[in-house]
Amino acid sequence: MSIFVSLVKKEAIHIVRDPRTMIITLFMPLVLLLLFGFAISTEVNNVRIMSVVDNHDENTRQILERLSVNNYFSYQGTIAPQEVDNVLRAGKTDAVLFLKHNGMAIIPQVVVDASNTTLAQTIAGYMSGVLNYGNSYRAPVLTYTLYNPQMKSAYNFVPGIMGMIFILICAIMTSVSIVREKESGTMNLLLVSPAKSSAIILGKLVPYFLLSCLILATMLSIAYTVLGLPVSSAIFNVIWVSLIYIILSLSIGLFVSTLVETQLAALIVSAVLFMLPVITLSGMIFPIDNMPEVLKGVSCIIPARWYTSALRKLMIQHLDVSYIMQEVSIIVGMTILFLSLAILKFNSSNR
Amino acid sequence: MMETPDKVISVKDLTKKFGDFAAVDHISFDVFKGEIFGFLGANGAGKTTAMRMLCGLSIPTSGTGYVAGCDIIKQSELIKRRIGYMSQKFSLYSSLTVNENIILFSTIYGMTKAEIKDASAKLYRELDMENMRDTLVKDIPVGWKQKLAFAVSTIHNPEIVFLDEPTGGVDPVTRRKFWELIYQASSRGMTIFVTTHYLDEAEYCNRISIMVDGKIKALGSPEELKKEYDGSSMDEVFRKVAETAVRDD
Repeated sequence: MSIFVSLVKKEAIHIVRDPRTMIITLFMPLVLLLLFGFAISTEVNNVRIMSVVDNHDENTRQILERLSVNNYFSYQGTIAPQEVDNVLRAGKTDAVLFLKHNGMAIIPQVVVDASNTTLAQTIAGYMSGVLNYGNSYRAPVLTYTLYNPQMKSAYNFVPGIMGMIFILICAIMTSVSIVREKESGTMNLLLVSPAKSSAIILGKLVPYFLLSCLILATMLSIAYTVLGLPVSSAIFNVIWVSLIYIILSLSIGLFVSTLVETQLAALIVSAVLFMLPVITLSGMIFPIDNMPEVLKGVSCIIPARWYTSALRKLMIQHLDVSYIMQEVSIIVGMTILFLSLAILKFNSSNR
Repeated sequence: MMETPDKVISVKDLTKKFGDFAAVDHISFDVFKGEIFGFLGANGAGKTTAMRMLCGLSIPTSGTGYVAGCDIIKQSELIKRRIGYMSQKFSLYSSLTVNENIILFSTIYGMTKAEIKDASAKLYRELDMENMRDTLVKDIPVGWKQKLAFAVSTIHNPEIVFLDEPTGGVDPVTRRKFWELIYQASSRGMTIFVTTHYLDEAEYCNRISIMVDGKIKALGSPEELKKEYDGSSMDEVFRKVAETAVRDD
């Protein structure tokens, strides 16, 4: 058995014997994917709506009928104008539609509870759709939603979650596990042994790389089955881009481990420098286009931003490799940068 | 380039500078085969830096040194095969069993399967640890852990073993027993290079050196030093030698 193999085996035994590690690595990706895939959704369903009508006629009846058969709305009936303020304040409804006659024409007006802005904007969008339908004097705007016709938010979250998970597993776990060896003194034992520093480093990285491959396989199968992402040949591109990103995350973990001396510090540095920016600035939840220029600039140095963007193009748009060359070259560049920094630092601190 | 065979460590004018600061300042000494050599000094005197250079972990700024017949500058990889090392934390992998640790470290030291089998059988017999084979290292008592760490660091039968404060945080009875192990190893011809904070332990060494501010201020057997500095115990000798120190940490 070579030195390298026995070092890998040692690390693997450690991972398997530590229940916390196992739970975090195997369940976290599942829980996050399912949580974002099903529970957390930016789609709005069952908008509660009431109406105030000054004069019932054929036109108002048609509009209210369309509302009540629409799946996105749950129509609660007509109320008197003086009650409107009350029901909105009490939260008994989300929006009230006013239908007022001006001669023969109807002037519609919508009052929306905007305490949740996302909800309010979506409701306003739905309402104009319902009201414009069949309006004879104006041609309705036809919108085709390309790539994700049902606007499923799960599609949008999968690349983001993957970008986050690999940073979490690879960067945080490797940095903590290397620093743990520094703390316990076993790192010193390895350094004075005939084991080469390349064997020591790879012996640390390879087990986490294999673990990440397992997680990648799990996440992809969930994304393509349970979450129903359309299967295409792009999946092969997804895999190799992910493998590069995993190596990048491992290099970041290695780099962090050369900077700090305690496990706690490793955890905080990886979490603050990498986890939080990944969630807030990678475009996973908040679109990068909406950010102020400064944050847009900052987001460029977040590895997950480029990975997530590449994965969106591959998994949702089904574009071919030529469209993700920019993202891939940035990820590769970052990998080379972090890996060389880490190796330089590792060697110099042991001299 | 080989030194005389019974000089296991031979160091001349060894210096390590970090910028303008000389952590180790022109130290010279020899250690002979089978000797127990105590390496004493206050915190910050440069003990650790000197020891790291001897183990091939750190490159000296100037001076020469031979360990187990190898040049510490040019042949550090070769040195690593011929020495053993044990730190004050009795570091072994706590999530691995006793046997897994033994196999891991003997593999790292390049031993074959048959050699590992013989060596581990001998280790269990001598330490009387057969029943702890499959116990996780984190679950065995600290005294056993220390004995095991020593046995593992010498499993490849090195010419020299470096012990870095091996008895830190251990009770006197366990310390006493540990020194018995050290004597056994030295009687088999192994050279022991040990740093310690406990001055009563210095008495157990054949020869000791006391480092002050990066330099070796005193070197000799405990009796010689007691005579030279007119002290009744090593404790007194150490205080007399170390009181000239200007570095505090």
